[in-house]
Amino acid sequence: MSLDKDQVQHIAMLARLKLADDEFDETVDKLSRIVDFVDQLSQAETEGVVPMAHPLNESQRLRADEVTESNQREALQENASSVENGLYLVPKVIE
Amino acid sequence: MSQDLHALTLTQIAAGLKAGDFSAHDLTEALLGRITAFAEPLNAFITITAEQALAAAKQADEARATGNAGPLNGLPLVHKDIFCTKGVLTTCGSHMLDNFVSPYDAAIVERFGQAGAVVLGKTNMDEFAMGSSNETSFFGPVRNPWNLDCSPGGSSGGSAAVVAARLAPAATGTDTGGSIRQPAALTGTVGLKPTYGRVSRYGMIAFASSLDQAGVITRSAADAALLLGVMAGFDDRDSTCIDHPVPDYVAGLSGSLKGLRVGIVRQHFDEGLDEQTGIAVKESLAVLESQGAILTEVDLPNLDLSVPTYYVVAPAECSSNLSRFDGVRFGHRANDPKNLFDLYCRSRGEGFGAEVKRRIMTGTYVLSAGYYDAYYLKAQQVRQLISDDFKKAFAKVDVIAGPTSPTPAFKLGDKTDDPITMYLNDIYTIGANLAGLPGISTPCGLVDGLPVGLHLVGPHWSEESVLRCAHQYQQQTDWHEACPEGYA
Repeated sequence: MSLDKDQVQHIAMLARLKLADDEFDETVDKLSRIVDFVDQLSQAETEGVVPMAHPLNESQRLRADEVTESNQREALQENASSVENGLYLVPKVIE
Repeated sequence: MSQDLHALTLTQIAAGLKAGDFSAHDLTEALLGRITAFAEPLNAFITITAEQALAAAKQADEARATGNAGPLNGLPLVHKDIFCTKGVLTTCGSHMLDNFVSPYDAAIVERFGQAGAVVLGKTNMDEFAMGSSNETSFFGPVRNPWNLDCSPGGSSGGSAAVVAARLAPAATGTDTGGSIRQPAALTGTVGLKPTYGRVSRYGMIAFASSLDQAGVITRSAADAALLLGVMAGFDDRDSTCIDHPVPDYVAGLSGSLKGLRVGIVRQHFDEGLDEQTGIAVKESLAVLESQGAILTEVDLPNLDLSVPTYYVVAPAECSSNLSRFDGVRFGHRANDPKNLFDLYCRSRGEGFGAEVKRRIMTGTYVLSAGYYDAYYLKAQQVRQLISDDFKKAFAKVDVIAGPTSPTPAFKLGDKTDDPITMYLNDIYTIGANLAGLPGISTPCGLVDGLPVGLHLVGPHWSEESVLRCAHQYQQQTDWHEACPEGYA
């Protein structure tokens, strides 16, 4: 097993994912298999190869920093579970 | 007449509507009836938009009567549930979004709507397009109309099943590693993935932004050409959409294959390919040759590395893209969170299914401190090598032809135990995504009563020649007309 339980617990924390107890062992097993599988990349000869950042090797198009959207706060907040006076509600952050 | 409307292709429907043989409203009613009748065995839809469809059809008929018909006026289609549709549930096959009503339309939804198309519903898919069998959907697997025990492929499995079962003549899909072409192959339909940047990704829920591209599933290459002409083109709301002229793809279908240089990749026929599938594909290559194409052997030496490269790059991008699902602004939110950390972790833990969680975690791992160079950077280097292989091949040939998928449709449940077995399904299709190339799958045979696909890939912006090759092949063969039993 290329990943142990502690590593998987740490990755889950970084990814902000709570794994249920009954899915934990399977996740360790399958993630290990995936990591083993992609490990074959280490054998590829890539000395001096420029990493590909875009499938057509194009650069990112820029735009002027201007407001182009109209305010649609009410429409957008209709999908939120918890809002009040136009604000999203979350558990208390500062004690 | 009316009971046969479902058998028509998009091109035939366009001609029939124009001639006044039937109305868009009659056609829409007939298809909605069929969608209801086959809803239970196939599970191909997440949402059926009957009311909106009938209203749009009525509007299309009125537009035609007043001489204002758009290029797709009255033509029915369905959208994969990854495309945002204003005022309509948009789930992406996930519990995370099972209550998400999009406040806006995706670019292609808008374009098809403005062209007069009638949307019948939203199709089932692998959760967040992560899967090759439709089994990762929160809404349950789609069944293949050719054999209900089999998968229709994925992730655009619902779209493929709908078109194969003649519930609609066309469907949109998305292709990150083969998600249009593989289900098309497994259901005997035509699946087109355009060049990266050809079609706007605005409003298409992101999985892996450097690989995702929108396309279509249809019953003929001519129908795919008709739709691509409407969906392609620049959109400044997608920063990766490229401003490149849009040719008349329908006009480009004619012309012979005489002198077309078709590349055959030796590794495509090595072990891993089902023998009967290989025979069917080789027969289709002989057809192309008989039409004047020149077959040439080409080499893609890094083909074996394409799947592991993909399973570093795609999860890395997925891990980043899916961080937006935080349980705060939209999407599933866990009950009674203790604090903000708990809100994030439980909302995401409950909202995402097992495969999506694995991909997020794989991506998080390969991007994390200490592993970035060994995995992500290395994968992007190998990706460059794979892209260079294609470039070298396309210096010698106009199109590369081979199998779309290593086997015909497999049984539901057969490949769910081992993620790697499932991932290797996409061995022939993933390269086109890594290199941003256009590809199409067209039916080329039946093996034990199940369809097999011929995969054609061309250089960047070569949709015209890829479509022409598939169209001309379809003029010589009738595999694309084969219909699963009970759906004629």
